[in-house]
Amino acid sequence: MTNLNRRQFISVMLTASGALLVGLRPAVAAFQPKVPIDLLGEALTSLGAFVRIERNNRIVIGARGCEIGQGVITSLPMLIAEELDADWNRVRVEQLPYGYEIGPDGETNRYGPQGAGGSTSITDGWKDLRQAGAVARWLLVEAAAQHWQLPHDRLATEASHVVHPDGTRMPYAELAERAAGILPPPEPVALKKPEQYRVIGKPAKTVDARAIVTGRASFGIDAYMGGALTAVMLRCPHMDGSVDTIDDTQARKIPGVRDVFVIDGPVPGSAFDTNLAAGVAVVADDTWAALKGRSALKVTWKPGPWAQESSAALEAKAAEALKGDGVSVRSDGDMAAARKAAKRTLEARYQVPFLAHATMEPPHALIKIEPDRALFIGSLQSPGGASTVIANLTGLSRDKIEIRMTRAGGGFGRRLENDYVAEAVMIAKKAGKPIKLMWTRDDDLRHDFYRPYGLHQLSATLDRKNQLTGFAHLCAATSMNYRIARKKERPPGQGCLEADDFPAGLVPNLDKRFFSLESGMPRGPWRAPLHTFHAFAVQSFIDEIAYETKQDAVELRLKLLGEARELDYQGHGGPKFDTGRLAAVLTRCAEAIEWKRRRSDGRGVGIACHFTFGGYAAHAFEVSMDGRDLRIHRAICVADIGRVVNPLGVDAMMAGGTIDGISTALNLAITVKDGQVQQSSFGDYAIGRMAQMPHEIEVIVLPSEREPSGAGEMGIPSVAPALANAIYAATTVRVRRLPLLAELNRRL
Amino acid sequence: MPQANAKIDKAPAAAVVPGPIELTINGETFRHTGAPDMPLLWYLRDVLRLTGSKYGCGVGQCGACTVHVDGKAQRSCLLPMSALSGQTITTIEGIASGDDLHAVQQAWIDEDVPQCGYCQAGQIMATVDLLKRKAQPSDADISQLTNLCRCGTYPRIRKAVKRALQLMAEAKAAEEKAAEAKS
Ligand code: FES
Ligand code: FES
Repeated sequence: MTNLNRRQFISVMLTASGALLVGLRPAVAAFQPKVPIDLLGEALTSLGAFVRIERNNRIVIGARGCEIGQGVITSLPMLIAEELDADWNRVRVEQLPYGYEIGPDGETNRYGPQGAGGSTSITDGWKDLRQAGAVARWLLVEAAAQHWQLPHDRLATEASHVVHPDGTRMPYAELAERAAGILPPPEPVALKKPEQYRVIGKPAKTVDARAIVTGRASFGIDAYMGGALTAVMLRCPHMDGSVDTIDDTQARKIPGVRDVFVIDGPVPGSAFDTNLAAGVAVVADDTWAALKGRSALKVTWKPGPWAQESSAALEAKAAEALKGDGVSVRSDGDMAAARKAAKRTLEARYQVPFLAHATMEPPHALIKIEPDRALFIGSLQSPGGASTVIANLTGLSRDKIEIRMTRAGGGFGRRLENDYVAEAVMIAKKAGKPIKLMWTRDDDLRHDFYRPYGLHQLSATLDRKNQLTGFAHLCAATSMNYRIARKKERPPGQGCLEADDFPAGLVPNLDKRFFSLESGMPRGPWRAPLHTFHAFAVQSFIDEIAYETKQDAVELRLKLLGEARELDYQGHGGPKFDTGRLAAVLTRCAEAIEWKRRRSDGRGVGIACHFTFGGYAAHAFEVSMDGRDLRIHRAICVADIGRVVNPLGVDAMMAGGTIDGISTALNLAITVKDGQVQQSSFGDYAIGRMAQMPHEIEVIVLPSEREPSGAGEMGIPSVAPALANAIYAATTVRVRRLPLLAELNRRL
Repeated sequence: MPQANAKIDKAPAAAVVPGPIELTINGETFRHTGAPDMPLLWYLRDVLRLTGSKYGCGVGQCGACTVHVDGKAQRSCLLPMSALSGQTITTIEGIASGDDLHAVQQAWIDEDVPQCGYCQAGQIMATVDLLKRKAQPSDADISQLTNLCRCGTYPRIRKAVKRALQLMAEAKAAEEKAAEAKS
């Protein structure tokens, strides 16, 4: 067993067989108090941490991931079901809780990695969950071998049955009890060959779709607890500001309001490891009473150290910063010499705004703290982080903190931060009651860990044959490496500029530098963090070079990528970047959009490609202007993410990523004035609606035998540049600032 | 607080005077004695624990809270309880008949629409309403669905609307056939 803890797997078995010996069932209680009842069953039918077999031969598989819409509640159990040879149509999936425990070797997680970030769920599961399924299958076959007195390797399995050489089929259910008493093999079990796959690679629908469409799926925000009060916060609108005066007389008169008190914010400049902002908590019987209480508060604020910050000032600061030296992120050859020798140098600046995550389900938390334990229910991306935050604030040991994971109404990186968990704990401690904390949409938009703001300055040096001889990428940005405890260990351009991204390794002279900007805005990862952030600049600029040098924009990219080969890639998604795979998605995308065909009627076509977290994607759009609006006539997304586990899920991620990309590129920006975020609703942070979107996203996933990468984030970085390039082709207006629509309309 | 909201057997005449508010939700009658300005959304969620209707914005912009009031799609975050006396409400929990899903729900499963799923109750309620108003909605009609989906499921919603039409047509044909066979 690779990543999974073998001792854990075995101890379950031993308890199970122990139970058999003494004829008691202590195993059920000892088995795992955190396992939901549905998955608990009898220890005698549980094979490891993920699999239970019911008497009717239905297989119950535990899903360990944070389901934020990326489909892991379906795709991760598929990996187990494949190697277990379970009948997928009869599998029932149950969400597992957070599996932290303190074992003989110290801290461990009985389920392996459970967070959702960096598109790693499938790559992790590929390593350990298949093995978990294979071990469970091995135990069942071994049980059948003992029963039939046949050698293990003469038996086969199919659709939740072990098959005798004479064709007799025995349901797993009849073998489960015996299997639970067998020790797993000491060595990893051999996994299936791809040609044996029956589940992997076959389209599987969302396992809990029925619960979703009937309104019965439980999201974090849907959890209630007897005795809990509902809290909302009035947070200081000024970054790092604090409460000056409070008049809560009217608020306390609202029926149902129980208490009003101040919650302090973090010390300005300190690491963000608790809550995000100071404010006043209103604690009430229900959400409505709490909200009314909040509206009735009269609070004045001390604006704090960032009172002067504004988007305009930040822009000026960025331009100023670029005049300095910055910090080198990567330097190849001699860019200064290339500039001197150049026949021609092209330069352009691109700007990307702060972005909010705006998860459809806003942050929320339900927490109950007792002297010796705590229970948390809520939507998360980092249950480990939540557990740590709760432990730090309560002094409880992490194994005394139960975290129930739920379906989450979107993540996009917002829930990698656990500030709202901390806030709920702080309120619950003061209130002395279990607390259900609710954030409203304006809370969410005004208090986020925003995708960084950045100004990119790109230069290209060309020789007399218009060959690209050098490439410089200077980026001035509000780094994501900000107010975090382990700041020193992280690269300066974190979340903004990746050393080995395109076109690193493809041009002889390269200069990549980062210029850090001071800002009071909290920053954090936003879906495909640095990739959405800089691919817009790089892939737009490549398009500009193509136009300026009268080359075909696809051919120029292919020429740069050159022969198919692997280049070193240090960042997340490495260790290698395969130029051939990027060329292949680009070529396929160009074919699909009929790149070479001339358009009339004011239509234009744009294309872009990018490598993100081990996956390759290209986008192409055909657009035209319709008054002030952009019409997208065709939208193509081509991806190579290695072997596909669930084609339906990957299609959803690519189409969804593309739409997220369109909505964000066209419409969205968070701006600051007087040290306050200016957006506060879907009115001024206008997530795209149906009418703005293409009717179809044509998703093409290239078949691949390679190890799978994830799919959650690859479908977005190349969207904004492909759209900007299409807009240029349609209008000859080069938009170098996001969001595109506002800037385009300003320029048209 | 919740005790006052016990189910009662049948709906008396709609009250116009201040006082308890009685309304029918998914076929059952409820009496609300709490804050009259409480939006229906919070009554459904916090009081009745019917959590299928979701909070997304509270100001009518996202549609996650869509329910039917006397058969028409409405954003429940904007509806104070005081305006609902005697009204008939259907939520996402109430559109299936027993185990038989509504055609729109079934279509949503068939087309595998949900990603995070949070907006989908509202999307389904809005679509059921659309199909009541337009028996054969055009692409432009479908574009009039204004419910937000942060995950970008719009193309599959489009397909699912068409799938629902097909399912409804099939059900109708089957019904007619059965009626014919009877006569
Ligand atoms: S919550 Fe009602 S429209 Fe958004
Ligand atoms: S499915 Fe996530 S918001 Fe629509």
